[in-house]
Amino acid sequence: MGTLIEEIFSRKSGRTVQAGEILLLDVDYIMSHDNTTPLAIKAFREIGKPILDKNRIVLHLDHAYPAPNVMAAENHRKIIDFVKEQDLPYLFQQGVCHQVMIEEGFVTPGSIIIGADSHSNTYGAMGAFGTGLGSTEIGVAWVTGKCWFKVPETIRVELHGRTQPGVYAKDVMIHIAGLLGMDGGTYRSVEFGGEYIDGLPMHERIIFPNMSTEIGAKCGLMAADHVTLDYLENETPARGRGPFEQIRPLNPRYERVLELDVSPLAPQVACHPDVDNVKPLEQVEGLEVQEVYIGTCTNARYEDLEIVANMLRGKKVNPYTRVIVTPASARIYKKALKSGLIEILMDAGCTVTGTGCGACIGRHGGILAPGERALTTMNRNFIGRMGSPLSEIYLASPATAAATALTGRITDPRGILENL
Amino acid sequence: MGKAWTFGENMNTDEIIPGRYNITIDPIELAKNVFCEVKPEYARDVKPGDVIVGGQNFGCGSSREHAPIAIKGSQAKCVIAASFARIFFRNAINIGLPILECPEAAADITEGDEIEVNLSTGEIFNRTNGHQYQSRPLPEFVLKIAEAGGIVSFLKEHDIQDLLV
Repeated sequence: MGTLIEEIFSRKSGRTVQAGEILLLDVDYIMSHDNTTPLAIKAFREIGKPILDKNRIVLHLDHAYPAPNVMAAENHRKIIDFVKEQDLPYLFQQGVCHQVMIEEGFVTPGSIIIGADSHSNTYGAMGAFGTGLGSTEIGVAWVTGKCWFKVPETIRVELHGRTQPGVYAKDVMIHIAGLLGMDGGTYRSVEFGGEYIDGLPMHERIIFPNMSTEIGAKCGLMAADHVTLDYLENETPARGRGPFEQIRPLNPRYERVLELDVSPLAPQVACHPDVDNVKPLEQVEGLEVQEVYIGTCTNARYEDLEIVANMLRGKKVNPYTRVIVTPASARIYKKALKSGLIEILMDAGCTVTGTGCGACIGRHGGILAPGERALTTMNRNFIGRMGSPLSEIYLASPATAAATALTGRITDPRGILENL
Repeated sequence: MGKAWTFGENMNTDEIIPGRYNITIDPIELAKNVFCEVKPEYARDVKPGDVIVGGQNFGCGSSREHAPIAIKGSQAKCVIAASFARIFFRNAINIGLPILECPEAAADITEGDEIEVNLSTGEIFNRTNGHQYQSRPLPEFVLKIAEAGGIVSFLKEHDIQDLLV
């Protein structure tokens, strides 16, 4: 009996647990990447005990990869040497960690995954508990297999209706971030549901838990259903651990319920410098941008690239705007190559880079100069995140990014979509 | 006793230490660039024992442990804030950076105030204006980690199960 997080934690605990309790739970997978693994190795060495189960450790090189400088290369070297030393089975170098975790079937309903990355909340899209932690706790979990959690209170976000053409999950989630605010979900589980969510495919669902991080949430969750199970069966190896239970909230007691009809929503933009500085696109339409970046764990999946390619097909992007596309994983990249999307994007004047997180954290692959403004499909627009602290980041959907790429100014995608 | 350095609401980890500096894990190196974009004079002028005072949601954003490490590396005594973002809270406790949640102190202290902090009682005294504040107590199991000086030190002496005993 309880909210989705209480139900998930109760199954893991073997007893009924309630919000407010402190639990020490076994974790199914422990994720970290090139930015956070070196500190986890340091903690591991200091603890001085052996790894409990190497099959639960998943490492990625994605944040500064391929290495943009010598120190990043040294980081990679350190991690690869550690993988060899400990004979770890899972090291990935072909995509943004969260996308790879889901594609490779590590994320399954009811599982508990901790990641040394704040967007580990993403795994909630599969009905899993995913949460971000620091590196030291990752090192601790390597040794103990466990992590402590306070069972959080839950904010239920109940979404009704269907979005209009040209309005996507990204627009809805940005709007929610504006309503709840940057600390509106702090220490909370934010549970997304309702007929709108039920009708969404997986690549759109992922946006909500992914960006629950931006409102401070411990996790963003969705109940697993036939869409989740179909995705697991058709798109992932699911690590042979089925059948999976469709855990749902059962007579839940929510701290707060936010009801929202998505039908009247127009495209939304989260404006510089905060994710909750949200405006309908029309209020910032025409604002000049020097860069459009389509990438990250939020919006660089195959379907996102498809939307962008469909809008750019046979056209040219603004010649004074840098338009950068970074597919979220090698699997997505390959599929987009085969189907011709990459060629369309390149013919339109986009720069298509290798996979990874680069530009989103200002490492490489699209850094901004002072005074520049970018419109991106990212999830976060902190000051200086993409480079100069005097640059500005605006967050929007891939369709808005494509429309903006064509004009060099923030542009409503609906005009272009209507004429396709 | 130390000097207060004040920061605003929603101080995020990118502002504490920008991503481009996270290629090192050395506390002293990280401390050279801590708060470089919001208060560049901090890294230059901070003295051991100074205190950082933030508003709501201090440390929001990425999971980078580099943020509390950079602050600890700068030899600040502690961070006082109206509230902490959840990952920063865990990270600070785990690496042994003292944090005190105290909305009253966060609202009242101004830059440069002389601040005394008693970490064992959570009492904060502002010598500049004579005001006294009491921070929120930490949960018992969190205190165990804090008193050990961080989770790594705790685990050298204990089993992780001991946290909840």
